[in-house]
Order: sequence, then structure tokens, then C-alpha cells
Amino acid sequence: MLSVSNLEVVYDDVVLVLRGVSLSVPSGEIVALLGANGAGKTTLLRAVTGLLVPHRGKITKGTVHLGEEDITSADPAEVVRKGIAQVMEGRRIFAEITVDENLRAGAYTRRSRTEINESYARVLDLFPVLARRRRSVAGYLSGGEQQMLAIGRALMAQPRLLLLDEPSLGLAPKLVEQVRDIVVQINQQGTSVLLVEQNAVMALEIAHRGYVLETGKVVKDGPAAELLADEDIREFYLGSAGGERRSFAEVKSYRRKKRWSA
Amino acid sequence: MTTFLQNCFAGLSLGSTYALVALGFVVIYKSTGVINFAQGGLLALGAYLGYTFSNNLAVAFAVAVLLCCLSAALVGATFERIVLRRMVGQPPFAVIMITIGLLFVLEPLITAVWGFEHKQVDNPWNIRTVEAFGLVFGVRDLWTIGLTAAVVLAFFLFFRFTSLGLAMRVTAFDPEAALAQGISARKVYATSWAIAAALAALAGILMAAGPGGLTPSIGFIALAAFPAMILGGMDSPAGAVLGGLIIGLAEAITRGYQDRLFSWAGDNVSVIVPYLLMIVILLIRPYGLLGTKEVRRI
Repeated sequence: MLSVSNLEVVYDDVVLVLRGVSLSVPSGEIVALLGANGAGKTTLLRAVTGLLVPHRGKITKGTVHLGEEDITSADPAEVVRKGIAQVMEGRRIFAEITVDENLRAGAYTRRSRTEINESYARVLDLFPVLARRRRSVAGYLSGGEQQMLAIGRALMAQPRLLLLDEPSLGLAPKLVEQVRDIVVQINQQGTSVLLVEQNAVMALEIAHRGYVLETGKVVKDGPAAELLADEDIREFYLGSAGGERRSFAEVKSYRRKKRWSA
Repeated sequence: MTTFLQNCFAGLSLGSTYALVALGFVVIYKSTGVINFAQGGLLALGAYLGYTFSNNLAVAFAVAVLLCCLSAALVGATFERIVLRRMVGQPPFAVIMITIGLLFVLEPLITAVWGFEHKQVDNPWNIRTVEAFGLVFGVRDLWTIGLTAAVVLAFFLFFRFTSLGLAMRVTAFDPEAALAQGISARKVYATSWAIAAALAALAGILMAAGPGGLTPSIGFIALAAFPAMILGGMDSPAGAVLGGLIIGLAEAITRGYQDRLFSWAGDNVSVIVPYLLMIVILLIRPYGLLGTKEVRRI
């Protein structure tokens, strides 16, 4: 459904953040995108949704396709209308207005009132927490509820593809599980998902495929189960390398990385 | 007592005009983070356009009012489209300088087209008055208050219940997150300029229909509406209306009791009252009467 090929993104004309990234999200699948801070995960999402402009970023090479359509450097509103919705990093809910209004704002691109009401019912069904707090100001929700609201708001656009940027950020383990289950549920209802995560275990558990991004390049990709079993992934992202304890002095990460990006 | 009520009435009428202008300031400040110094220029432009419609083209006054608001809105939106759109994402300071520039361009433009002389707008109100409860009400003042009330009501309904109004509120809160919802920031900015210009034009034509008539210096009223906006809280539409009314009342009452209470302070003490009031209120509440106290999760 979404295919990104050879994408290169530059901020402020000098900072090269993505250096030829290619990935694809097949229809109906969950794809996990892993990587350390600064690897370029959020930048990749911005490049897809057209939100590079406010950050003075530019796509200098490569293309983004949604299905057959070229959406490289498209207008953000255009991208949403074509069926890609995004849950931004750090929730970014509209804290000053009510839960209800937040959800309505998510449906801005849609015109049919009955369809909007349908989505609205569906979102409240998916998140009973929100149904209970419809009239309260969004800024007073708990962190977990705010994340649910952010996801619900994105769903109000009735996306074919949902981009999630670190939905587990700052949530208790219990809530991370809840978010995970919801992502699976959304996916089963027919929405493809691109899941950007630091929490690699959680992401790979539910994903069909995974990509590992490092300093602006895809260094590894494959079926999620394969990545979960991979030696290097286990050591660098899952924090469990075999049983025995090892000293950091012995971890020769530079050599490993060399082999990876070769 | 009668004098007091009479002064209050004058204050309400004056305050309504301030409220309209201040509301225009707030709309633009809220959505773009910029104080539009050209508001006074747009007000004068609106008033002169109203004069042209009413006197030269001789359309009915109500239609002239409507037309001058619409054409001012068009001017505001066009200006946003041509000039300010290129400035999106640039520091607000630069944009504020541009609005100051616009003010200085508008003034000579207006005098070049309409001249300097004092003009009287043809209008059905003139200096007619009605008497009730022992008080004398100017018909124009009644209309000013009524129209302002109606416009303010429409304004709040628009922001509360329409999809575009909601889009404008969320863009004011978090432009990037609003973009991510597919809300077009351009449309929001253009609409806020159109609304602000229309509000200014309405205030302008209402003033021009009054005893002061129409002179190129009519735009100076925006300077008095400025403290109204700051006093109410720069980002609060309700505050702008409240601030406008308070300033208007304070000014009218001071003027009413000028010879009895403030004779020592000279003739024009009422002119400085808005600013004194603004300073005092800002000392007590630095973010204005209804300015945002940030919503935070506890």
C-alpha cells in the first residue's frame, strides 16, 4: 500500500537525515520501524505526511507512493484525504478543548455527517475510556487516556493507513499492552499500520514485518519473527544477549555496525 | 442618576466599537500569533468603502454596511494570500513589521482616493433619538450596541459549532498537530484575516455614521481598542469584548464627570483612561482579565 523508495531528506539545506531509505507497508499488515534516537524514524513519517515543511525539511531524492499514486511532497491535507492518518509523537492532543471536539477535529477532512457519526461511534466503542469522558477538557485526561484520544482522533479520518509514532511513549507496562491490543484490533478491522517504536519487543510481537533504521539508513529488515530471533537485534534493541552477563568494554559495537551497514 | 445612566449608555456604545476592533485583533493574534497593527487602517478603509457605497452608489444603508464588511474581508484575505502567506513560519516580529507597513500604506492610499475633507455618511440614523425611562438614547448608539451584540453572538456560535471554527481553534493551539489532521492552515489564516477585517469595517462604518463623521484619522480608534484587547487577555475573544466594554464605559464616565471631578487634570483626561486602566489591570493580572491560564494535567 505504502511504498517509500530511496528517500533522502535534508533539514535546513545541510542536515542529511534520511539517506536513501526504502520500505513498504503491504495492505492489511502491521510494519514495525525500529531505531535509536535520531535514526530518522520521525523524519520518515513527516516525509510521508508532508509535515516536513514546518521543520524546514525537504525531500531531495526518492519517492513516496500510496498504492499507485505518487504522494511525494504532497500537501498534508491532501495526504490525510487520500487515507493516511498519523498519531504524532508525544500525543499532541488539543489540550484546551474537549475530548468530543478533539475527535471532531480529526474528522475535518470528511464531509458526510452520517459517516462521521459512524466513525465516532466506532472510536468510542474501541475506547470506552473516552466515551466516559467525552465532555471533559482533553488536557485533564491521564497520559494513557491522552494516547487513546490521539489514536482515536487519527481514526476519525477513516484512514487506510495509520502511522503511529511511539504510542507506548511514557506509558506504564499495563497500558503499553492495552495500546498493543488496540493496534492489533485496528489492524484486524482492515487498516494497515506503520508502527514506529523504541519498545522493540512490543512492536515486533504484533508486527508482520520490521525495519531497523540507523543514522538514516535501513540496516536490517525482514519478517518480525526473524528479527525477534536475530542475534544483533536482541543485543541492541531487546537488551538480552544470551544468558551470561557481559562487560560493555567487550562489546565492540563499531565492528558490528560496520558489518551491518555494509 | 440620570446623568450616570446616560454616561453608561454612551460608554456601552463606545465600548461596542472597541469590542469589535479588539475582537479583530484577537482573531488574528490567536490564529497566527501576530498583532495586526493595520487593524486601524482596515477600519478606515471599511468606513470609506461604506461611504462610497452609501453616498456615491446610493445603495440602501443596510446593504452598504454589508458590502463594506464583505469588501474589507476580501481585502484582508487578499493581503494575507499575497503577502503574509510567504511569511508563514518566519518570526512573528517580521510579520508585525509588515502589518505596520500596511497601516502606513493604507493611510495615504485612503486620502489619495477620498481626500482629507470631513465627510458625512448618508444613513438613516443621523442624530435621531428616542426617549425612554427619562433617558435619551441615540438611535445610532442603539444600533451600534445591537449590531455588536448580534455579531459577537454569531462569532461565538461560529467558533463553537462549525467545523471551520473548530479548525481555527485547534490551529491556534497547535498548528502542526492541526496540519496532521488535514486542516489547511492557509484557509484558517485567510479566514481569520477576513473576519478581522470585516469586524474592523463594521466598527468603522458604525463610527462614520455617528456625530464624528468620517475623517482619515478615524483609524486612530484602533489605538484605544488596543488596551481593550490587552486588558481582556490577548488570546481571549470573550476578554476582548469585556475589555472593550470596560474601556468604553471608563472613558465615557470620565468624560461625563470631567468638569466636576477631573477638572484639575485637564480637558483630555478621558483619552488616557484606557491606558491607565490597562496598566493597572496588567499589574494585577499580567495575562489580562480572561487570558489563558494554561491547562495542565495535575
